[in-house]
Amino acid sequence: MGQSYKVIIIGSGPAGLSAAAQAAQLDKKNASSSPTHLLLESFSQPAKTINQYQKGKHVMDEPSFLNLRSPMSFKAGKREAILGKWIDDIKQNNVNIQYDSEVISITGQHPDFRVTLKDGNSYSSENVILSIGFQGNPRKLGLLGDDESNFMRYTLEDPDEFDEKTVVVIGAGDAAIENALGLSGNNEIHIINRRNEFSRAKDGNLNAVLSAINNKNNDFYCHYNTNVKSIGLPDNKGNGTIILDTPEGDKTINCDCIIARLGAIAPRKFVESCGVNFPNNKPDSIPDLDNHYQSNVKGLYIIGALGGYPLIKQAMNQGHDVIEFIHGHEIKPADHPLLEQQFKLLPYVMDAQNILDLYQQKVPMFKRMNALAFRELIIESTIVIALDSLNHQEVQKTEDNARATGVDKLTKLIKAGDKLFSKGDYSNSFYTIVEGEVKLVVEKNKSFTLKSGQFFGEMSLLSGRPRTADAIASEDCILIETPRRIMIKLMNSNDEVADGINTVFIMRALQSAFKPNLSTKEMTTLASSIELVEFKASETLFNQGDNGDCLYLIRSGTVSLAQGSNENKRVTTQLQSGELVGQLALMGNPTRTHSAAAAVRVEALKITQQQFLTLIKSNTEQIKTLQSDLSLLLKKSHSMASVFEATQTTRFLLDQGLGEATNALVIDENLCVNCDNCEKACAETHNGISRLNREDGASFAGLHIPISCRHCEQPHCMKDCPADAIHRAESGEVFIDSSCIGCGNCETNCPYDVIKMSYDLPKKPSTLLWVLLGLGNGPGEDQNAKITAQAKDKGKKAVKCDACMEQKGGPACVRACPTGAAIRISPNEFAELVENR
Amino acid sequence: MHQNLLKYKNYRYLKLTILLLISSVVLYLTHNEAQPPNGGTFQGYILGIISTFFILLLTYLGIRKRKYSSSIGTVEGWTSAHIYLGTSLLLIASLHAAFQIGWNIHTLAYFLMIAVVLSGFYGLFSYMHYPRVYSNNNTGGSQDEWLQEIAENDEIIKEKAGLCRGNIRLFILSALEHTSMSGKFHSQLRGKDSSTVKMQADSKKLISNKNQETVINVLSSAVSNSLNKEEAIALNSLLSLFSRRQRLLKIVRRNLQIKTYLKVWLLFHIPLTIALLAALIVHILVVFIYW
Ligand SMILES: Cc1cc2nc3c(=O)[nH]c(=O)nc-3n(C[C@H](O)[C@H](O)[C@H](O)COP(=O)(O)OP(=O)(O)OC[C@H]3O[C@@H](n4cnc5c(N)ncnc54)[C@H](O)[C@@H]3O)c2cc1C
Ligand code: HEM
Ligand code: HEM
Ligand code: SF4
Ligand code: SF4
Repeated sequence: MGQSYKVIIIGSGPAGLSAAAQAAQLDKKNASSSPTHLLLESFSQPAKTINQYQKGKHVMDEPSFLNLRSPMSFKAGKREAILGKWIDDIKQNNVNIQYDSEVISITGQHPDFRVTLKDGNSYSSENVILSIGFQGNPRKLGLLGDDESNFMRYTLEDPDEFDEKTVVVIGAGDAAIENALGLSGNNEIHIINRRNEFSRAKDGNLNAVLSAINNKNNDFYCHYNTNVKSIGLPDNKGNGTIILDTPEGDKTINCDCIIARLGAIAPRKFVESCGVNFPNNKPDSIPDLDNHYQSNVKGLYIIGALGGYPLIKQAMNQGHDVIEFIHGHEIKPADHPLLEQQFKLLPYVMDAQNILDLYQQKVPMFKRMNALAFRELIIESTIVIALDSLNHQEVQKTEDNARATGVDKLTKLIKAGDKLFSKGDYSNSFYTIVEGEVKLVVEKNKSFTLKSGQFFGEMSLLSGRPRTADAIASEDCILIETPRRIMIKLMNSNDEVADGINTVFIMRALQSAFKPNLSTKEMTTLASSIELVEFKASETLFNQGDNGDCLYLIRSGTVSLAQGSNENKRVTTQLQSGELVGQLALMGNPTRTHSAAAAVRVEALKITQQQFLTLIKSNTEQIKTLQSDLSLLLKKSHSMASVFEATQTTRFLLDQGLGEATNALVIDENLCVNCDNCEKACAETHNGISRLNREDGASFAGLHIPISCRHCEQPHCMKDCPADAIHRAESGEVFIDSSCIGCGNCETNCPYDVIKMSYDLPKKPSTLLWVLLGLGNGPGEDQNAKITAQAKDKGKKAVKCDACMEQKGGPACVRACPTGAAIRISPNEFAELVENR
Repeated sequence: MHQNLLKYKNYRYLKLTILLLISSVVLYLTHNEAQPPNGGTFQGYILGIISTFFILLLTYLGIRKRKYSSSIGTVEGWTSAHIYLGTSLLLIASLHAAFQIGWNIHTLAYFLMIAVVLSGFYGLFSYMHYPRVYSNNNTGGSQDEWLQEIAENDEIIKEKAGLCRGNIRLFILSALEHTSMSGKFHSQLRGKDSSTVKMQADSKKLISNKNQETVINVLSSAVSNSLNKEEAIALNSLLSLFSRRQRLLKIVRRNLQIKTYLKVWLLFHIPLTIALLAALIVHILVVFIYW
């Protein structure tokens, strides 16, 4: 039985450290005789996640508009410097920290929680703060001696530490392969793979590891179909062993180190075992928290990455604030001034918190959201106000003044009647109307008006395709404009919001596809009965010859239609979001004449025969349109099917991801003279680093798709960017801004391998000096460039194609190609590309 | 969509060039008895200035091609214009010179120009012809992939060679060692294979192993008198490995050859251009001084 505390903090990442330091400050202020707080950390040092960044990593202090509020210090800088400073700060502040203390359970309730450690010790506390991050703990081998040590490791911080050693790497994922490759050359490497192939690895890693294994000059060995039987910790001479269970029997390897990369156990199970609810089963779901970071369990608080805040500074601020709350101090959060800025130009004289509450009540869909989540939504969003020209002028002055003081976020001021976005824009933010009206103009004399409490912009948000209408704000209209990333996060964590948006999406999609004459009520009932289905890339929707009883309306992604079976398969058409698949089965012949497959991940509405009949019966006019659309499709697909080569080309292009591309570089091999001027142009216009690799990449029938960004409809790279550094420009380009922290998530997530992590390259001598004096490497990326110490300090950042959005005249690669071989195509040119061959 | 540089913007520069040629001929025909055609007449001057302007414009392609952020047209457009305007020089410069040739600096400039244009024709031919050949040679693969496959293939060959008797093993290893992939510039250009092999491990003599044929012959005859079953199997797979190697090496060498074809003509085109510019300056200076 241990001592009792006011608060126990679990996990000493930035969030936990900051909380503990603040608690220590209060102890000092209150002159407590013994600490009323305890910080428990499972690792032997503070901040394990940061400890595991690669050596010398430059840690960023984004978001720059937020001030740090913590007794611990934190400024952008080298990993080592930050960790060193924290260790000092821990001493300075008298933080009561206990290492090597993994918490395995939290039981009891406020004000008598019981926190139990792995070693059996337990402590009681009035409150508990969970700040264990999102990284989880590495999956261990489950064998005697598998505790983390110098010999038995679960990460590799610094490959240079090893020289002429024998290292056994366990695992077959990217992490294992990258570690093994990083160590090869100077060391003898054994990689242990439970299966007979590396099926989970990225292509690049796969090729690299196979060639390392096949290269007999290398001491690089792979043991397939092999498990670890036992490990022998090093004896006093430092000689360790590992015994493997291979298909040929047991095998012993004498080794200096074992590195196991078996993935991590996500912390969710543990958190749930403490009684905390998650809103749904999605892997990125975040527990519900109130304004004070308190979970549904009273007295149990969650902060930092685990609570959905993925950056260090945010985590530290929350650590400070949560302690204040626990001590009953009602302080305003560190980002309160931001909120005030957001509301600054609104015609209210009201406290920011009250405006916030008011807005939440105005939008039915947000009413039941938890307050903390709504607050974050507003902080990440922009408040837009549309004023008539008179008022506009006046408020403009206030705006100019505010801007002059250098604020980052401010209410966005527009003129009534201005467009929020135009048809064809690639913007994908989501708009909620708080006050006033917005007119959506689909075509010249086709428009509808939305009112307070309603929302729009969900089409582009969900499909990744350009806007289908102009949006015009009326006078005195106030809107919340929310970026895509925040909306997606919200939909993943809040089923009510997800359902609300989905239902409206379905209604509007049905409306535009079938133009039914149904009442709103009938439509709502119909929409809520329609199933939303999801297909993974290459999954089939239906096969040729099946009996069809439904059709699909594509919501996102691309579906390919094909005729014939396996070897003889002819891909005839590809259909995109907003288009129908399989309607023929409901409009005549019930036997499917084509097979349909998802070219990339697809979401679609499944519409049954019954639902289809309800829709078209209400507006028989529309049947004619549907029929003529269908016959056009059939004509097109039959003419395609008759040209075998064209169907093969379509298939190839879809395999290369052109189905989800909005802007892809396609080279005609029959014109390309291998001059690499395209690649040189790219490097010369982008700080010396080419974002395109012309020679690599796949080819088929004279078409070559180089390694270069496709500017995907739903960019995979954006998915887990902690700094929110990847954006889509209104004109469609996907680009990375300067807030990139170099974590490498986007590089991993891009399925086309087009992102690379790179240091800044030094400035080169001009082309003239190269011509006259032979200085530098001439145009193009300098493979042998010397990285400056300054660039190394800054660290590697993600670089990728930005389709030359800042260049006059469009993409430099295309402009520099002397033969017309290099072009960029958009989805609607895709068919033409195939037909013209 | 993709558009061949001759057809650029629906033959924009071909049309322009034809117009120009017609005007030049008309201008030339305005020469009269009093002023017989010559570079020194009013018409001659105009034609000479046009020619010079074109030559400078054509030379500027070398700079524009490397001004990567320039948005004055596209390099394809410039190249398309280059080709047509360059060709038109044949006539325009001849009209300027009024078809007078002699042994002088003027004629040197003229012939240098002809040489540049002819080398340009050859370059154009390569640009039109070889990309397709290259693409067909690669059948969807790339040079890097072939090289990688060769390296992997060689590792397996080394492994299998270990199962054969000593002299065959050494013979095979020497075939790997003495394979020449790229070689000197001229052998690259001719696609020549100067691979060799040592028949006997102790001999210094290297005999030709062009196209891996020697190895394949030796191996195929060795299969029939192998020492044991294991070696026979190894030799058999070596035979197929070397056949693949032969094929891969052919592709790689042909790739190098085509890439060289696509570049080699510039080694004439560019220096000749520089010589032309020099001769032209002299020509212009000379006519101003002595005329
Ligand atoms: C490669 C990489 C680069 C990054 N770069 C940056 C950057 O430059 N700038 C930036 O702002 N952010 C960056 N981030 C994000 C940043 O690391 C996290 O947002 C931050 O660490 C979250 O802090 P936290 O306190 O919530 O959790 P963590 O830092 O993950 O800390 C959790 C702590 O809890 C401990 N723990 C876990 N389980 C238990 C348990 N059961 N019992 C006891 N202790 C436990 C862990 O050992 C760990 O020390 C990066 C992330 C990665 C992966
Ligand atoms: C500014 C441009 C030019 C000027 C002012 C110019 C001027 C002249 C003049 C005055 C003559 C007559 C010389 C004489 O009768 O002796 C001449 C002749 C000639 N020029 Fe040019 N010229 C120019 C450009 C060119 C160019 C571009 C070429 C071809 C590359 C060229 C090739 C010739 C030739 C071959 C002759 C005939 C020489 C002869 O009579 O034997 N000139 N030029
Ligand atoms: C007097 C006439 C000409 C001059 C001075 C000239 C000069 C040049 C120069 C300086 C270059 C740049 C080379 C480089 O830097 O890579 C070039 C490229 C080229 N020229 Fe010419 N040229 C002339 C005529 C022609 C003609 C008549 C043709 C074809 C019919 C031609 C075809 C080409 C081609 C295909 C290129 C390569 C373009 C590229 O790859 O970017 N040239 N020329
Ligand atoms: S980087 Fe990759 S995932 Fe991102 S848009 Fe480009 S191709 Fe798509
Ligand atoms: S610039 Fe054009 S011709 Fe040159 S390598 Fe690139 S695609 Fe090929």
